[in-house]
Amino acid sequence: MSPENYLYLSALLFTLGAAGVLLRRNAIVVFMCVELMLNAANLALVTFSRMHGNLDGQILAFFVMVVAAAEVVVGLAIIVTVYRSRHSASVDDASLMKL
Amino acid sequence: MIGLLVGAPLLGAAVLLVGGRYLERVGHWVATALAAVSLVLAATLFFDMLGRDGEDRALHQHLFSWIPVADFQADVAFRLDQLSMTFVLLITSVGTLIHLYSIGYMEHDPRRRRFFAYLNLFLAAMLLLVLADNYLLLYVGWEGVGLASFLLIGFWQHKPSAATAAKKAFVVNRVGDVGLAIAVMLMFTTFGSFAFEPVLAGANETSEGTLTAIGLMLLLAACGKSAQVPLQSWLGDAMEGPTPVSALIHAATMVTAGVYLITRSGAIFNGAPDAQTVVIVVGAVTLLFGAIVGCAKDDIKKALAGSTMSQIGYMMLATGLGPVGYVFAIMHLVTHGFFKAGLFLGAGSVMHGMNDEVDMRRYGGLRKYMPITFVTFGLAYLAIIGFPYLSGYFSKDEIIYAGFSKGGAEGWLLGGVMLLGAALTAYYMTRIMLLTFFGEKRWQPDAQGHEPHPHESPLSMTIPMMVLAVGSVGAGFFFDQGETFVHWLEPVTGLGHGDSPVSHGMVALAATGVMLLGVAGAWWQYGRRPVEAVAPSGRWITRAARRDLLQDDFNHAVLVRPGNYLTRGLVYLDHKLVDGVVNGTAASFGGLSGRLRRVQNGFARTYAVSMFGGAAVLVAATLLMRAV
Repeated sequence: MSPENYLYLSALLFTLGAAGVLLRRNAIVVFMCVELMLNAANLALVTFSRMHGNLDGQILAFFVMVVAAAEVVVGLAIIVTVYRSRHSASVDDASLMKL
Repeated sequence: MIGLLVGAPLLGAAVLLVGGRYLERVGHWVATALAAVSLVLAATLFFDMLGRDGEDRALHQHLFSWIPVADFQADVAFRLDQLSMTFVLLITSVGTLIHLYSIGYMEHDPRRRRFFAYLNLFLAAMLLLVLADNYLLLYVGWEGVGLASFLLIGFWQHKPSAATAAKKAFVVNRVGDVGLAIAVMLMFTTFGSFAFEPVLAGANETSEGTLTAIGLMLLLAACGKSAQVPLQSWLGDAMEGPTPVSALIHAATMVTAGVYLITRSGAIFNGAPDAQTVVIVVGAVTLLFGAIVGCAKDDIKKALAGSTMSQIGYMMLATGLGPVGYVFAIMHLVTHGFFKAGLFLGAGSVMHGMNDEVDMRRYGGLRKYMPITFVTFGLAYLAIIGFPYLSGYFSKDEIIYAGFSKGGAEGWLLGGVMLLGAALTAYYMTRIMLLTFFGEKRWQPDAQGHEPHPHESPLSMTIPMMVLAVGSVGAGFFFDQGETFVHWLEPVTGLGHGDSPVSHGMVALAATGVMLLGVAGAWWQYGRRPVEAVAPSGRWITRAARRDLLQDDFNHAVLVRPGNYLTRGLVYLDHKLVDGVVNGTAASFGGLSGRLRRVQNGFARTYAVSMFGGAAVLVAATLLMRAV
């Protein structure tokens, strides 16, 4: 099977994630969509690694995973705190950071 | 020693101003004592000087280097020669007498201590002016005199008229000061030094154009300080100050500074005949201007102020004549210092006894009530009109004679103008005399119903008047005896002899003749019949002279009003143009940021859209660049 198909899958997943981030209001879902985009990017990186025959892409994928893990910790903590104080996980409700 | 001369009154001013109310009760005695210390020092130095011969008499003292920068040397150094000595003696003696007089005159003033501090400051500044050995230090004294006169003229600052007069004197003097500043700068660029010796010695080898420029700038400075046309307008208003201040300004300090400056810079003027001609014209115009104003004023102090202006005009004219006139200008300055101080102190004494009334038409017959004032004032009066063998007779006749020596038509013109001035002097002084001391009493109760009770002033006031009267009577004779004064000053100023078409005797005769004419004219108008207590409206010339020959109207029309329009125009430009650009820029940025602010709406998803949009644009641009 041609590795290009993985790139199509990756693009599809990325688009799904991006659409989710833009369209959904629930913070948890938005968060999951962000994860989806990160993993789509990872998939593309690994595929390119395979196509070019070197390991740079895979190493970068590990970095992304580490960053994603850290982000999950911080992000979930924020979401939980916001939910506790406002009893809502809607991203549109948390709109006080404006002029 | 010389430094101490300036230092004593300066110390007095500092102590009295800093000392505060602890010195309230002794302050005036401290100030008077320090002025007297200066006088004693001056006398000591004078007798010391007499022990040496002509050329060796000048003393130098280098105190310290003020601003030493490479070639630029500004020193605090003094030069005491015969010219400075003459001034120092005049300033300290008349100054001390006026201090003594002020003790009585200012007795009831709550701010007497401050007044004496300013008087001391005035003396110190004037002494610095005449003792400086370079033009820069002279400039310091010059400014100090301006400051002190401002403080003293506006001493009764609660009166708006006094505050305005002080400001006027200061502003008009500034115009002259600019002239002196430019002259000093020109000297430095031309001669590379400020000190008298290199500047005056170098004047011989300098082009006439440069000397004329420096001379005219010096003349502008002299016009400001000495109240000569066209900068004369402050002098009349300066009468708002307490009377001892007027005496000090008119006799010993301030107005004499201009004459000193020109005499001191004689070498420069000798090389610039054009500048000398301007000096003569200024002197001649002022001498008639002041005399005409003096004839019309009913305010005793303003009439005397007109007289001062006129007498200083004589001195200016004499300095303009060059070496022929310098000595006699200074001689007239000294004799004038005595009799004018005497006249002003007498006027102060009269006002003191008359509830500060200054209108002479409200006096009359005061000789019975104030005999000492009458006699001293009368002697000073005889001296100023040039009564034979009193001091004005000698000094003024010499100036008139020097004017004739100019030769040709100019000589006749100058001599004629000065004789006319002498007649006017006799007229206005006799008028003052008759209105004040003779005739019926014309005073009336003032607004509060207090009838003035004219009385003789206390001894502290009359003693200085007596001393000055003696000086008025004797100084001229003493100076003229064996030409003492001429020989005394000759090493500094030089002495020239012109060929006069008329002899000394004829000048003296003519001067006495016109003097009698002036006296007779005044008697005809004011002595023969009772005087109206309210001034008649008079002819156009009288009305113009009462308004100081329209000097203020002229200044307003030519300087003040265009100045106002200019500033108003500039303010308008500033508001509309400068502020418009600045405010417009700020407003447009404000509006822009107000619009940009709406982008920050707080919705995380909006930000995400902009991020995606941005990323998409970046990717598209990259691809597009690849394709190209």
